[in-house]
Amino acid sequence: MYIIETKNLTKRYNNLNAVDKLNLQIEEGEIFGLLGPNGAGKTTTLLMLTTLKQPTSGTATINNFDIIKQPDKVRKSIGIVFQDPSSDEILTGYENLKLHGWLYDMPDDLREQRIKEVLELVDLTDRKDDRVKKYSGGMRRRLELARGLMHHPHVLFLDEPTLGLDPQSRDVIWKYIEKLAKEKNITIIITTHYMDEADKLCNRLAIIDRGKIVVLGTPKELKKILGGDIIRLKAENLDDEVYKNLKYVKKVSKCDSELCLTVEDANKHLQEILRITGKIDSVEIRSPTLDDVFLYHTGRGIREGSPEGSWADKAMNMRSGR
Amino acid sequence: MSEFKGIYALWYREAKVFLRERSRVISSIINPILWLLIIGGGLGSAVTFSGTFKDINYQTFIYPGILIQTALFSSIFFGVYIVWDKKIDFMKEVLVAPIRRTSLFVGKILGGSTDTLIQIIILLIIGFIFTSIGIMTGLNLNIISIIISMAFLFVTTVGLVSIGLIIGSQMESPEGFQLITSFLIFPLFFLSGALFPISNLPPWLAPFIFVNPITYSVDGIRGALIGKSQFFLPEDFVIVCIFTIIMILIGTYAFKKMKI
Repeated sequence: MYIIETKNLTKRYNNLNAVDKLNLQIEEGEIFGLLGPNGAGKTTTLLMLTTLKQPTSGTATINNFDIIKQPDKVRKSIGIVFQDPSSDEILTGYENLKLHGWLYDMPDDLREQRIKEVLELVDLTDRKDDRVKKYSGGMRRRLELARGLMHHPHVLFLDEPTLGLDPQSRDVIWKYIEKLAKEKNITIIITTHYMDEADKLCNRLAIIDRGKIVVLGTPKELKKILGGDIIRLKAENLDDEVYKNLKYVKKVSKCDSELCLTVEDANKHLQEILRITGKIDSVEIRSPTLDDVFLYHTGRGIREGSPEGSWADKAMNMRSGR
Repeated sequence: MSEFKGIYALWYREAKVFLRERSRVISSIINPILWLLIIGGGLGSAVTFSGTFKDINYQTFIYPGILIQTALFSSIFFGVYIVWDKKIDFMKEVLVAPIRRTSLFVGKILGGSTDTLIQIIILLIIGFIFTSIGIMTGLNLNIISIIISMAFLFVTTVGLVSIGLIIGSQMESPEGFQLITSFLIFPLFFLSGALFPISNLPPWLAPFIFVNPITYSVDGIRGALIGKSQFFLPEDFVIVCIFTIIMILIGTYAFKKMKI
């Protein structure tokens, strides 16, 4: 049984499908990434799964509850950290958590115990009585992460958890997410457009573009589709023909004065390649990144977005402009 | 049970925030005092009543109107906070919690009413002080008159907070909210008889005043505090209650339809 299963989940704005017949199965305990450029339909998917938006057609189940027929039960099973700040600045960190405990109808002693627990988890115990106004961006995100966990959800949704944070705060947040998945056996769904984030955190991920899944798999599998590592060679006399006979070389291409080889398991075969090449000026081995994967499947870089501008943004604009 | 806790949580937040923002409390009190002293004192020197309110000092006459003015501004304006909640993701945090939207509406009403009623109580104390030192005369402040006035003010406030929330739930920007509400607040105030008696009105003006629910609230409070009113007090109260019930019904519907 899957913890999350979507069945032809679709959201239409006018004639645009922001999410188009999405079919996903997610296992319990996974960290699953939804990747895509801004406006690919990630947040819309998340809002539908968290019962905040009604799907146009199709449905999904979370923890065996239907998002359309049993929204209350779905809500009790999930926690969510939103993209924008969602805590009250004038209240203290502790008060924000207490509010959350009340909203989720937790008994008083359990609530206090959990507040203590999650504050420790995100290292905010010392700052719990400060107003959220005085928190940094990273601290605020950590507080909201703690809040999302307080009621021990089966599934935790994180919408762009490190958007707009500095590199150090990102590392800290990543550390907590990994800790959570390991210690609490929570299924975590992350949306992001940072490829390194997805690569580092996710067990499996789906690349979404224009509301559709482009490709799905483990980060390793996805990168494997590209055929291997990339070796760049710089030497005086380069003859691309000699490499073409090697079985493990998938692709040979010239880039300027250098030669790019796509090689299966480059670490193992590097020595032989160097021997064949002879005298060499420089060599560079690079593992393919998810950026390369995205580029491979969509024909453009992830940061570029779609050529006509953000997909869902456009859909939303059309709706509000009506 | 869970719904009550959720409502309590929302009320707690509004009350805490209100009390922490001292400037909001103070500025909300300054304005009515200026009205009472300057408009009341200045116009009062030129106005003498005949008929129902004969021998009543003008300042005393408008005091119930100023109470309602505070309720109007503070209650309707409270709706802007829901626009802010929507602008950040706080609203989503509440909507994704396992409580009903009706509970969200009720929690917000209680929060907004608490804010307003705190201001009203401060104004009642100021009224008491002004009466003691002789600035206002003939104000009838005792337990019964205060309970009746508070009953009127509470019901009216709930209705007005609902109006603010209805508008707030449908608006996307705080600026838009302010524009719409100022078109609403001023007519409701000026057409309520807060500043003048509503007998012997020009015939073109009278209908506007009689369809305004706030008129009956002002009249009721005036009846309680001065002992003189245009209508029968229970009638006033029934009309105010009907107004508030209708606003609550519309508000519940508006919250169910609210988009994020």
